[in-house]
Amino acid sequence: MNLNDIILAIEKNKISLIVALVYIIFAPIIGGLLAGIDRIITARMQNRVGPPLLQPFYDVFKLFSKKTMWINRFQGPFVFCHLIFMICTGALFFEGRDILLIIFMLSVASIFFILAAYCTSSPFSIIGAERELLLIMAYEPMILIMLVGFYKVVGSFKFYEIILSGKHLILYLPGVFLGFLYVLTIKFRKSPFDLSYSHHAHQEITKGITTDLSAKSLAVIEISHWYENVFLFGLIFIFFSSFNWILAIIITLFVYFFEILIDNTYARVKWEWVLKSSWAVALIAGGGNIILLYLLNIK
Amino acid sequence: MSFLKKSPWLIHYDGSSCNGCDIEVLACLTPVYDIERFGIINTGNPKHADIFLITGSINHQNEPIVKNIYNQMPNPKVVVAVGICATSGGIFAECYNVKGGVDKVIPVDVYVPGCAARPESIIDGVVKALGVLEEKYKNIKKKDHH
Ligand code: SF4
Repeated sequence: MNLNDIILAIEKNKISLIVALVYIIFAPIIGGLLAGIDRIITARMQNRVGPPLLQPFYDVFKLFSKKTMWINRFQGPFVFCHLIFMICTGALFFEGRDILLIIFMLSVASIFFILAAYCTSSPFSIIGAERELLLIMAYEPMILIMLVGFYKVVGSFKFYEIILSGKHLILYLPGVFLGFLYVLTIKFRKSPFDLSYSHHAHQEITKGITTDLSAKSLAVIEISHWYENVFLFGLIFIFFSSFNWILAIIITLFVYFFEILIDNTYARVKWEWVLKSSWAVALIAGGGNIILLYLLNIK
Repeated sequence: MSFLKKSPWLIHYDGSSCNGCDIEVLACLTPVYDIERFGIINTGNPKHADIFLITGSINHQNEPIVKNIYNQMPNPKVVVAVGICATSGGIFAECYNVKGGVDKVIPVDVYVPGCAARPESIIDGVVKALGVLEEKYKNIKKKDHH
């Protein structure tokens, strides 16, 4: 079945809300499974066997069965709001709302995460929060340039309308995609850009932004990370949506594999480097791409 | 049933030791033993940990640190003393600054003998600790019920 037909059917029957609901229910399952695959692939790359596929779920269930140590009254609401806004981000995206609004939603979710880390007195947690702010500074320009690119090519900020336009976005916006790929490493929390908190065991700032989270609060953060990942897959998917949708999904998964490869082959860098390089890439690859579109007046 | 057994995260602290046991603990992470197979993660953060793996004996300087790490771990939690130093003070027992084994300052659930304890027996000790962990989880649940 053609993706365009599916979307037209969704729009005709006004069932986009159901799509959002499907996202809310299945995103954690898909996100968790992908996290499991990620851990197995990572282990294989390091010549290890690795954990079972369902390990991320075991971890989260375990965290829920432990006693949470709330540091203060604010930590809980902040962590909870992070999850809520992350779910809204993805749900609105797959419901076909304005991506511009959705990116702001994503920022709000991140801010709640940072506040949850800032409200404690652990120096590790606070350094983690500061680094997270820096990372947001690093990736945000590229994300905004990407949105400008979408609008320039399609004339819309909406997921469904971009797909329905049938334009080969990856051919119009190769530079933008390159820049997006670069900041995606930050968003997936992969090395070399996992400054604020890493999925790997050891880091120079203990567990960074999640240092003061324990048990249930950590589990909530993990789940919202799965939601976020599925949303990011949606963003990657957009670039290839004009091809066959199965092919687009395969390419999306391949991009994820590429990120895991980068994760395992590069050592963590300093924050100055992250900031400078991601802005340079955003400006040159992303900005250059958009300027070219204007100059050559490509429609 | 809880999932504690399937995802035990541990924190490792090396007290007053010759570093022999310390190195054996780290050896568990290598591709040869690969403890992540069992879902075990060696975390650096007590607030994420379920199992406190401790090597080396307790002296006056590391006593508050060991207590601090223990107190920061969320319940249920277990302590595994690895190597003869951690269980009784070992060859350092007679030193003027050494207090003795880990159980002098915090409750220990599993003792792993050996000098140095081999990775196999360390993994064995952790597996044994999982049983204790499950037991503690049930007790906490029962207490919450009443
Ligand atoms: S038990 Fe033996 S190997 Fe282990 S720390 Fe003590 S002296 Fe070293």
